[in-house]
Amino acid sequence: MSDPKTIIDKIWEEHEILRDEGGTSLLYVSRHLAHDGSIHAFTFLEERGLTPRRPDRIFATPDHGTPTVSHDMADLTDPDQRRVVTALAANAKRHGFTHFGLGDRRQGIVHVVGPEQGISQPGLVIVCGDSHTSTHGGVGALAFGIGASEVMHVLATQTLWIKKPRTMRITIDGERPAGVTAKDIVLSIIAHIGANGGAGHAIEYAGSLIRSLDVEERLTVCNMSIEAGARSGMIAPDETTFEYLKGKPFAPGPEHWEAAVESWRALRTDEGAVFDREVRLDASQLTPMVTWGNSPEDALPITGRVPDPAQAKDDITRDAILRTLDYMGLTPGMALTDVTVDQVFIGSCTNSRIEDLRAAAAVAGRGRAVVPAMVSPGSSTVKAQAEAEGLDRIFRDAGFEWRESGCSMCVGMNGDLVASGKRCASTTNRNFRGRQGQGSRTHLMSPAMAAAAALTGRLSDVRDLG
Amino acid sequence: MDKFTKLTAPALPVDQPNVDTDQLAPARFLRRPRGDGYADVLFHDLRKAEGGHIVDDPRFAGAGIVVADRNFGGGSSREQAVWSLVDAGFRCVIASSFGDIFYANSAKHGLLTIRLDNAVCKALRDALHATPGAEMTVDLDAQTIVAPDGEVISFEIEPSRRKRLLQGLDDIDLTLTHDAAIGAFEAEYSRRKPWLELN
Repeated sequence: MSDPKTIIDKIWEEHEILRDEGGTSLLYVSRHLAHDGSIHAFTFLEERGLTPRRPDRIFATPDHGTPTVSHDMADLTDPDQRRVVTALAANAKRHGFTHFGLGDRRQGIVHVVGPEQGISQPGLVIVCGDSHTSTHGGVGALAFGIGASEVMHVLATQTLWIKKPRTMRITIDGERPAGVTAKDIVLSIIAHIGANGGAGHAIEYAGSLIRSLDVEERLTVCNMSIEAGARSGMIAPDETTFEYLKGKPFAPGPEHWEAAVESWRALRTDEGAVFDREVRLDASQLTPMVTWGNSPEDALPITGRVPDPAQAKDDITRDAILRTLDYMGLTPGMALTDVTVDQVFIGSCTNSRIEDLRAAAAVAGRGRAVVPAMVSPGSSTVKAQAEAEGLDRIFRDAGFEWRESGCSMCVGMNGDLVASGKRCASTTNRNFRGRQGQGSRTHLMSPAMAAAAALTGRLSDVRDLG
Repeated sequence: MDKFTKLTAPALPVDQPNVDTDQLAPARFLRRPRGDGYADVLFHDLRKAEGGHIVDDPRFAGAGIVVADRNFGGGSSREQAVWSLVDAGFRCVIASSFGDIFYANSAKHGLLTIRLDNAVCKALRDALHATPGAEMTVDLDAQTIVAPDGEVISFEIEPSRRKRLLQGLDDIDLTLTHDAAIGAFEAEYSRRKPWLELN
């Protein structure tokens, strides 16, 4: 019998065409996702006189620069946005790849659309010119973000030169405490291992708590793997995954379904397989989290207090805390629940799927927003589903703005920005300086916690809303 | 791809950990065509903020090397973070760890990224602060760094990466020499996963 293998080893081996003498693999790419921000790579490709090798393996939708006020092309007046959205559509038409454009019900944030359409499947190697490609690990794919030069390389050759990452398993066993969502789980992981703790690794999330998550929650956990430094994070596919994918437009059809599921069942880490690093967290210790600083590792329980630089372990850390508190406008030792917010954003590839919107609406429906709050569904499909369920009405009645889908205020490339000095409770993935706009102050949290912040005007423990 | 062999240049100490991609290249500049240049994009918002950024300190003018802390280039996949550094004249970044995607992107533009122990990075930065404008030498062939005080420090680098940088190899040209292997693999792959074929 062969040596026990991790799920990461198995997928890697199945896609490795060759390995050079320096140990770098030439890896085959199963499916390549593209968005309006991929424009540079298409330009480079054209400048070299090359065309995509396998257009049938490319799936694209505009998300980064799309307006959320309207998806009507006539309303897309910003010349830069118009140029990139138009270029993506033109490239799709010219090269013949799948494209869900503005106005198409299947349009959305590429990391929401991939799983939703069944494009993302277990055991595939999926790449995209976006760091949150790790999201697709939630259905058991080995998925990772790449830069523009690598996007061009994948377009031209359907392959990528990449050294096999080390492997890390993060195991969380136990029952989920009240108020804890997938976002709280992944923020806890990042706080535990650090924003660079997963660097050079691919992560497998395991354990009874992880296994109990539904697919949308798994996508949220894997999405933020990159915030822990890991280019990819994944969860072995199981019956929950198969049930989720069955019948989706690009999932295996009835004629292939049984064979596909049979191959997917083999995608699990063998008993006795050795990871380069093992991390364990206790589910009973998990609690609702928020971030206070400018790195996702700056996450604390909502019951916590803003760190005091006087208690820093070294000079570099003290200096970093001081700079962060200055930028964020916070006082050492203040209770996080005393931090007032100016606005709320619910959306992004991390937390904009239908369950996220249901969770936020369940809180929003209990009161009225006292600060501006905006909801941007992860895809036009999610938007339609939410409207069919009446969630838009709940949000609107509570004073929230109900928008179109896109990356929106997570990256601020479409004009949805947080003004300088303003503080935003946000369901997004990055609290970097200036991430939501120059001078913006971001606090990351779950959809329910963001909705709670909208009702109270401050960071709030969702468990206290009763 | 640009080659990297050996570089002697003043080095810039950047003390902060977690210098993320959004600081290196803010999102609103990302649609700018590559040919228009990104030198002014580097650290753009930090440079405009009160107190400015050390990259504009005239004592470090002409710096070609950055010595940083941990998690340099963490965050987004934007290659513009690398373009900004390269266009501003930097050819090497030394840090205790890097964002994985930034690390991969850097080599595509002849930007050498070197991992050293955090304590070594700190000592180098302290020396650079003490003697602003001090030069360092980075020799990729020998895999050594000469510190401002003349101490020689060895570094590790993946052999494939070293070779690509030394020779300035173009990945696509290299890959196309394996076209037959890719074709054979692809045919077998399609047979194994027929459900991926679009009708």
